[in-house]
Amino acid sequence: MLKKRIIPCLDITRGRVVKGINFVNIRDAGDPVEWARKYDREGADELVFLDITATSDNRETLVEVVESVSDEIFIPFTVGGGIRTVQDMATLLKAGADKVSINTAAVRNPGLISEGARNYGNQCIVVAVDVKREKDGFKVYVTGGRHRTDIDAIEWCREAENLGAGELLVTSMDRDGTKDGYDIELLQKITSLVNIPVIASGGCGILSHLYDAIRLGGASAVLAASIFHYGEFTVPQAKAYLSGRGIEIRESV
Amino acid sequence: MITIIDLGISNIKSIYRGFSVQGFDVRVVTGPDGLKGAESLVLPGVGAFPRAMEILENRGLIEPILNHIDSGRPLLGVCLGMQLLFSDSVEHGLTRGLGIIPGHVVLFPPGRQVPHMGWNGVFQSQKSPIFSGIPEGADFYFVHSYVARPEQRGDVVSETDHGGKFVSAVGRKNVFGVQFHPEKSQRPGLHLLRNFAAM
Repeated sequence: MLKKRIIPCLDITRGRVVKGINFVNIRDAGDPVEWARKYDREGADELVFLDITATSDNRETLVEVVESVSDEIFIPFTVGGGIRTVQDMATLLKAGADKVSINTAAVRNPGLISEGARNYGNQCIVVAVDVKREKDGFKVYVTGGRHRTDIDAIEWCREAENLGAGELLVTSMDRDGTKDGYDIELLQKITSLVNIPVIASGGCGILSHLYDAIRLGGASAVLAASIFHYGEFTVPQAKAYLSGRGIEIRESV
Repeated sequence: MITIIDLGISNIKSIYRGFSVQGFDVRVVTGPDGLKGAESLVLPGVGAFPRAMEILENRGLIEPILNHIDSGRPLLGVCLGMQLLFSDSVEHGLTRGLGIIPGHVVLFPPGRQVPHMGWNGVFQSQKSPIFSGIPEGADFYFVHSYVARPEQRGDVVSETDHGGKFVSAVGRKNVFGVQFHPEKSQRPGLHLLRNFAAM
């Protein structure tokens, strides 16, 4: 049976890993390659790197990071942040990324999803969706959560699938940084509608949150940053916990 | 010496590293000239079946690959590279394959999550040198939407469950194909590449 995946997420800026809550008090947390090696050793199933500044002069540094990481680890990894064109995708995939994650650019130009899928295959294209609860439903936010759109998040997920996305990375902005758990209702609405894998993101504080996102939310994978980075829990602990509760998990070797 | 065929449609860096970090000599070729002296051949690939066949044909690679196999030297097809070994595929319309292993490449049956993406257990249907020393049921990383259906049971080396069993590895004499990505499957993946390189 297909295993549920545990995916540590690393925020990158100027070629370094940074930590910070809600983009405040961002501080240097070291070399991405070192972190990648550590998570690979611990048995993470995949990794996600998000370039949180994503300026053009930053791009070259990011490509160098992707090259070094792909030299070191033998698990799949996704790179996102600031990808606007198929050429941007090509550069990162060529550097060694297995998948690219697109967010704002996909909302502004949904054709980018199908263009990317046509060029590199659906499996390479992860559509990241930042979602906030509003009076009139779940809404899509863009540009790192700074701008609201009128797009219904659930509908957008379905459209992204139809356009050729291979996977959805769904972040609840309401829960992000709160440690109150993933937004289960949001996940349920999306996973019951689409057939592609959904990665749950935003709000993980304790290990039972991972279980809820998978078992109740229907997520195929769980993304977490702070619980792993700050050493509150390790990947093996998370795996042992989920496995003990009957979730199919890849045994770390 | 391992020779990897680069069709230019997917990243071959990981599979290259998968061999080179383990001390094997690897080289990458794009055309038929490089295949002449090849000992072990790797046909990797992510991408669409018709495009890959078109490239193989345009570059004059089909004949040399078949000659390589006829001479008894080992070949490993990875992911799309495994599917190319079959008679044909329905991906984007029916396209003829290399025809080395009789059978067809079809879409996953309805009701299953597609793409089949992530780690899944590989259960060996028969003893094969490619899995030598790898535990039964070891997890490998998969990413694919189409599956190969060999006509002959004897060609099936392993199966995997995704809402029903499908063929995850095939073997016929000196030819091997794996649907998963050994270069993305950590320790068991590197072990499999080592097994192949040692042939």
